[in-house]
Amino acid sequence: MNRDERIAYLKNDVKNRVLVLDGAMGTMIQGYKLTEADFRGERFKNHPVDLKGDNELIGLVRPDILRDIHLEYFRAGADIAETNTFGATVIAQADYKLESVSYEMNVQSAKIAREAAAIAESETPGRVCYVAGVLGPTNRTASISPKVSDPGFRNVTFDELREAYKDSTRGLIEGGADLILVETIFDTLNAKAALFAVSEVFEELGFELPVMISGTITDMSGRLLSGQTPEAFWNSVAHVKPFSIGLNCALGAKEMRPHIHTLSRIAGVNVSAHPNAGLPNEMGEYDETPDQMAAFVGEFASSGLVNIVGGCCGSTPGHIHAIAEAVKKITPRDMPEIEPRLRLSGLEPFTGA
Amino acid sequence: MTQSTASFINIGERTNVTGSAKFKKLIVDGRYDEALTVALQQVESGAQIIDINMDEGMLDSEAAMVRFLNLIAAEPDIARVPIMIDSSKWSIIEAGLKCVQGKAIVNSISLKEGEEAFLDHARKVLRYGAAAVVMAFDEDGQADTANRKFEICERSYRLLVDKIGFPPEDIIFDPNIFAVATGIDEHNNYGVEFIEATRRIKQNLPHAHVSGGVSNVSFSFRGNEPVREAMHSVFLYHAIQAGMDMGIVNAGQLAIYDEIEPELRTRVEDVILNRRPDGTERLLEIAERYKGDAGKKKEEDLSWRELPVNERLTHSLVKGINAFIEEDTEAARQVAVKPLDVIEGPLMDGMNVVGDLFGSGKMFLPQVVKSARVMKQAVAYLMPFMEEEKRRTGAEQNKAAARILMATVKGDVHDIGKNIVGVVLQCNNFEVIDMGVMVPAAEILKRAREEKVDVIGLSGLITPSLDEMCHVAAEMEREGFSIPLLIGGATTSRIHTAVKVHPNYKRGQAIYVTDASRAVGVVSQLISENTKVSYIDDVRAEYVKMAAAHANARQTKERQTLEAARENRMKIEWEGYKPTKPTFLGTKVFEDYPIEKLVPYIDWTPFFATWELAGHYPQILQDDKIGEAARSLFEDAQEMLKQMVDEKWLRASAVIGFWPANSVGTDDIELYGDDTRAETKAMLHSLRQQMARGKSDRANMALADFIAPKETGIADYIGGFAVTTGHGEDEIAKAFADKLDDYKSILSKALADRLAEAFAEHMHERVRREFWAYASGETLSNADLIAEKYQGIRPAPGYPAQPDHTEKKTLFELLDAEDKAGIKLTESYAMWPGAAVSGFYFSHPQSEYFGVGRIERDQVVDYAARKGMTLAECERWLAPILNYTPGTETDNAAA
Repeated sequence: MNRDERIAYLKNDVKNRVLVLDGAMGTMIQGYKLTEADFRGERFKNHPVDLKGDNELIGLVRPDILRDIHLEYFRAGADIAETNTFGATVIAQADYKLESVSYEMNVQSAKIAREAAAIAESETPGRVCYVAGVLGPTNRTASISPKVSDPGFRNVTFDELREAYKDSTRGLIEGGADLILVETIFDTLNAKAALFAVSEVFEELGFELPVMISGTITDMSGRLLSGQTPEAFWNSVAHVKPFSIGLNCALGAKEMRPHIHTLSRIAGVNVSAHPNAGLPNEMGEYDETPDQMAAFVGEFASSGLVNIVGGCCGSTPGHIHAIAEAVKKITPRDMPEIEPRLRLSGLEPFTGA
Repeated sequence: MTQSTASFINIGERTNVTGSAKFKKLIVDGRYDEALTVALQQVESGAQIIDINMDEGMLDSEAAMVRFLNLIAAEPDIARVPIMIDSSKWSIIEAGLKCVQGKAIVNSISLKEGEEAFLDHARKVLRYGAAAVVMAFDEDGQADTANRKFEICERSYRLLVDKIGFPPEDIIFDPNIFAVATGIDEHNNYGVEFIEATRRIKQNLPHAHVSGGVSNVSFSFRGNEPVREAMHSVFLYHAIQAGMDMGIVNAGQLAIYDEIEPELRTRVEDVILNRRPDGTERLLEIAERYKGDAGKKKEEDLSWRELPVNERLTHSLVKGINAFIEEDTEAARQVAVKPLDVIEGPLMDGMNVVGDLFGSGKMFLPQVVKSARVMKQAVAYLMPFMEEEKRRTGAEQNKAAARILMATVKGDVHDIGKNIVGVVLQCNNFEVIDMGVMVPAAEILKRAREEKVDVIGLSGLITPSLDEMCHVAAEMEREGFSIPLLIGGATTSRIHTAVKVHPNYKRGQAIYVTDASRAVGVVSQLISENTKVSYIDDVRAEYVKMAAAHANARQTKERQTLEAARENRMKIEWEGYKPTKPTFLGTKVFEDYPIEKLVPYIDWTPFFATWELAGHYPQILQDDKIGEAARSLFEDAQEMLKQMVDEKWLRASAVIGFWPANSVGTDDIELYGDDTRAETKAMLHSLRQQMARGKSDRANMALADFIAPKETGIADYIGGFAVTTGHGEDEIAKAFADKLDDYKSILSKALADRLAEAFAEHMHERVRREFWAYASGETLSNADLIAEKYQGIRPAPGYPAQPDHTEKKTLFELLDAEDKAGIKLTESYAMWPGAAVSGFYFSHPQSEYFGVGRIERDQVVDYAARKGMTLAECERWLAPILNYTPGTETDNAAA
């Protein structure tokens, strides 16, 4: 199957069953207890700053580990791998002075995920595994001032973000991503820059991939960090006609449910949810067991709220396996019919006649 | 007031350097903090979107736009609304688009510089995720005639929609509002041209919106604000009717069309609509007079204000006017010995006049409820004085004639009727304790004991509530109550009360109350020591007679056996019939459905019935006797309905579904998960008429007759729906009740109910035309819809064609209605929110509404087995339609 065929298959696949995204990457990498020397490898031996903790670098220095992690998730029942590129943008890599390899990170990470997918497909004939190229939020916000004394100040502009995202998107597509996933969105303006970039790259290349969008409700206020409600957020990004809209990270499934329910009601596209494995305890660890998490996430599916599920922080192949089992036989959510109306937003949604 | 039900969106205009000298100065001086307060005031005074324009020669406009938008992003009270980025320069617009996280509107793009630039800008707008204002401007300039305006808009629309896939609902046309009455004759028709262009845009370019800068129209009257405001108001009145749905306005300063002084209004209208050649001169003639005056002078006849205070109070009570009630109550208190005297004296006198007029049929329910509102407000005003009086003297409060506890029984949510009765009783100096809806028997009795009430009143609308009322009566008997028990509500009846409730409560007396207007008479008789005994004796004698007559009548009601009834089922000729397959299988959800689309589908006749005004709409409005009351009620309803639509008081949700289905074993319907029909998804059970048909050739129908039997091999389908317009209704009703406005509280609920029915009607129409599409060519008027002149039916469980409420459970599971539309079922299968309708769709041309009528034990035994219920359980749910008394007859009872 080539990419075009996979995309066609995916669009049909999602109508018939609930698809499963993979789980957390960071905790899996930590499990290998890699040292500074491991992160540097031969290639970055003399790099001027410490590299330990630059997880996106793994694709360049230890591709074997990355492939194994992806494979573990596929074997656990994930249908869609998320590339290890959450922080691979030029902007995020600036922290490690590795802007120059950002593009390569994106290409390689997508390639490795695709390799793992091919192995998983060969292990179970007839199975189709997908790779979603991840565009993370970066560590800067286009709508919030980092200076308390000057609320009009910004440390990143739309155009800087857009250039960085264009670069990453080209890399992910070159490496073989089947979808683009803009995720962990805490500032919608960053996401709009990413989506703008993605659509520019599609235009350059002359073809399009399905785009998944996933926001993050940061706390019990029920809003994104930048202040938008989930409905306002959807109004802000609906113009790209994404493959899916959803939420991930920050909250556990239980706290996420009402917001997923909202998106499920208002969005005429697929809905995804990949929550954390509960809320972190006092030690910052996630203690929801696979069964507990699968019960929550499974209920999203059986209540017809979602089309795609998965895990974020704290989730493991064990969690993904339990989730995949829980949603296996469930019919995915029906798409609601949305009346064409003028739907605008500030921090809150506004619907015109 | 306009009659248009379309919502009109106000766009704040003050954050525009070209329109506001003050704002311009703040920006030029770099006083951004103060500029932000201008934006905040706009939002606080009702702007739903704020327009921001920095086009000023002395400014770095791009930098100012970016700075101001970034600052707004840090102000949640401003940033909550969408932004309109307004500039004549594309570079400034683009700079603005890069600063807003929300979905904004670009103002504007146009064909001014040709198609290429227009489409290039539009593509970018789309990519930035914004909507766009499109000016009626092309290569030849700005359009000033209706024809050119429309032609340019149409050309723009086709390019946007067809060429680059711009969503039509995100297009907002600005067909150019130009100044009229400038002294140049060619300008006189500008208002008309705009309005006409608007009408054509709305008629021909689906989903597109029309907006404009309203203040342009009055430019020639600069300096005369009252005339300008009148011009804006008149212009909007006509433009909105033509379909204008947005406008850049100073919302806080709009005159109300109806309140413009008539002479001014006429002359303004002459100018706006270009009705006479000397219009401008005639407006100029009188314009000076209004300078410095608000221009609104609607004089009411206030001569009654000259009357003595007691008569003023009576006038306010009878007319339902609450504008002066506190002032007059205070005046009466000044001359009274103690505050209580005001209530017992002038206020009760006034209410007695209301009571007399009501009793003699000269006042009607809606008017009485308005009177009650005034009374409540007067009493609320006196309350603190009475507390003070009591504290000072230790004297008792006024003692109500009697204390009545009212409740809608457990499992039922319907309370409009109960609320009306409560208000009427309060008008007559009865104290009413209203326990609300879904109140269990134990709580009713506990409260009755604690508050030492004199009478209990129960209400309910759905049939299972009848059974619950019997239960409450039995509990009263068991707990040793002897106070009267009033029974009311849509499905209750004198006969049910006599035969079912009365025997459960021998110690006291259960009494059926037909409607609100009877309630006062009944309660008065019951609490008076003089009349109580004889009244109860009369009721008792009547009930004994009725019960006996009922027993006799039943014996003579001929029924046939289930077997015979099935033999005489409706035999549709299935051979050659090809059912239409719905356009989709499974369910479809409709969220936040536009309420304004439902308004035309409202059936008003039952609305008047709720208020005990009997007659058909619209004839009722001209009725000699009740026409005036009906008109006034209708006006209030229209006004509130407009608010409901404009301010989105209610949220409408719906879920519909279609499933492959076949009838099995004559009376059941099997539903399948998909068209392979391999797996049964659900089973519906229907009840069959058992009346003896004698020589008539009428069939003994059951709903299953309308679905092709499995053995025919025909692929038939069934549909289901659940709709509600009730999300928000309880909060609104409560908010009014808290403000002591029972009238509006009841009105809001009655309207929500009507909207729910309208939604069901509207959705059925869409199902017939679009979703099931078996009647895609149907064109029926609203009157035809109400008269059910369409093909196919939408029977609801719990109603005549399928009187078993428990079938609703299957329906709700199929639709997942609780999750998808937020409608819950109570233990009695009432739907919550109350403004909700559900049912099944049948499409066969021969399907028709019918009543199952009374059924025999043989069918109940069979039905219970099919449903997997015990006989007793089944008999409980079907109690209202049993043609036998459970436990007394044998299987062979049927004739």
